[in-house]
Amino acid sequence: MSPSGAEVLRQIKDRIEEVDPSTVRDQLESGALVIDVRQDDEWATGHIPGARHVPKSHLESRIEGVAPDKSQRVVLYCASGQRSAWAARTLIEDLGYESVESMTGGFTLWKDRGYQVEVPRFMSAEQRDRYSRHLLLNEVGVEGQQKLLDARVLLLGAGGLGSPAALYLAAAGVGTLGIVDDDTVDLSNLQRQVIHNSERVGVSKVDSAEATINALNPDVKVEKHKLRLGPDNIMDILPNYDIVVDGLDNFPTRYLLNDASVRLRIPVVSAAILGFDGQLSVFKPYEGPCYRCLFPFPPPAELAPSCGANGVIGVLPGTMGLLQSTEVIKLILDIGNPLIGRLLMYDALAATVTEVKIRRDPHCAICSRDPDEISDEELGVFPDYEAFCAGAH
Amino acid sequence: MATIRIPPVLRPAVGGEREISAEGDNVGEILRAVAADHPGTESQLFGADGELNRYVNVYLNDEDVRVLDGLDTTVGEADTLVILPAMAGGAR
Repeated sequence: MSPSGAEVLRQIKDRIEEVDPSTVRDQLESGALVIDVRQDDEWATGHIPGARHVPKSHLESRIEGVAPDKSQRVVLYCASGQRSAWAARTLIEDLGYESVESMTGGFTLWKDRGYQVEVPRFMSAEQRDRYSRHLLLNEVGVEGQQKLLDARVLLLGAGGLGSPAALYLAAAGVGTLGIVDDDTVDLSNLQRQVIHNSERVGVSKVDSAEATINALNPDVKVEKHKLRLGPDNIMDILPNYDIVVDGLDNFPTRYLLNDASVRLRIPVVSAAILGFDGQLSVFKPYEGPCYRCLFPFPPPAELAPSCGANGVIGVLPGTMGLLQSTEVIKLILDIGNPLIGRLLMYDALAATVTEVKIRRDPHCAICSRDPDEISDEELGVFPDYEAFCAGAH
Repeated sequence: MATIRIPPVLRPAVGGEREISAEGDNVGEILRAVAADHPGTESQLFGADGELNRYVNVYLNDEDVRVLDGLDTTVGEADTLVILPAMAGGAR
């Protein structure tokens, strides 16, 4: 008479190695390969963080894609430790794997122990369609798109640079866009601030930007900060974001932003425009120089035309704002070579791009120090701070 | 003669040119030649002490002259000097 299923399982468990969830947890940290052999619907309700998924029904055909090296140590788990025992036997006896263990108690015991669980998120059919051109790129794919959807980006200003940046970041599916602006839409803005429109003259810029973004992509949550960034509010706002897009129009706030972002270790994608010329760089604290390494002191107000109203060709903030968005997306996805330690200068009339190196200043007043040493009182301070733009506004 | 790229804020002082040329064997000589030819640039480039203003960066090709030999940095005929004052502007 053939042995019962329970008897066979007992025999298998005698032949294979079993391992306690606590050991698996330690092994995960040292990079062990942990494979969930449950069915798709079970995986979807939650799994061990960092585990790979190969359903037992597809074990033979898919395992080599996940574990090509048969001498590699592999830990299998299922819901209770039974299916994984069967699967371990298959890997060892049929497929020639040398070091396979089955986790006792399975995912049920893992959860009962209170260990961390990851619940995979799935893109809706609409999202797969909306982001299909991203999903086709190796550099983005489902994982990258999820990073974009999870990202929190703060735009300083919904103006010339912030308008195109916000539009394209929203279109790309950057899940949360914070917008800081205390201004209202003026007719003279519309030559370049393409997130607003003629019907919204007089409307606050954050409300106008939100309406445009909502109509473009409902996946994006807009967080409106209808205020002017200053020493009294910067430390309340910045910590909630991963990356800052800086299109600030004045030096005092640029220094304030720099100092706060260094202290919080938040990268800033910075651009400036004037006339037909633009500048762009990425300041990633402690990986590259900060704004003070580049410009330890601001120019005197009379040489800083940015403080007053100046002409700008309308397409220029479009070009520069989109270069900013591109750098933001690269930082989120961790792809390519970000513009860290480099300053790009775009001359629209000459149609030239020039690049110079920016070095970290070992004596920088801010980023040569430990972030915890930078006090509230120091943020944004430089000589003549108060008087700086007083005459220029 | 080396080529000097002029930033937007200094262009009015050099007759609107984006690039000019000036004689000199090092950065200091060339910038002083620029200031002599275009007096409107002098106070923007140099402080009262005769040193380069700290809010103006000068690059020999793509390298900050401050990490080279400063105003003494040798400049060749085919080199380009880039003058870069701090610039803000955009949001409003």
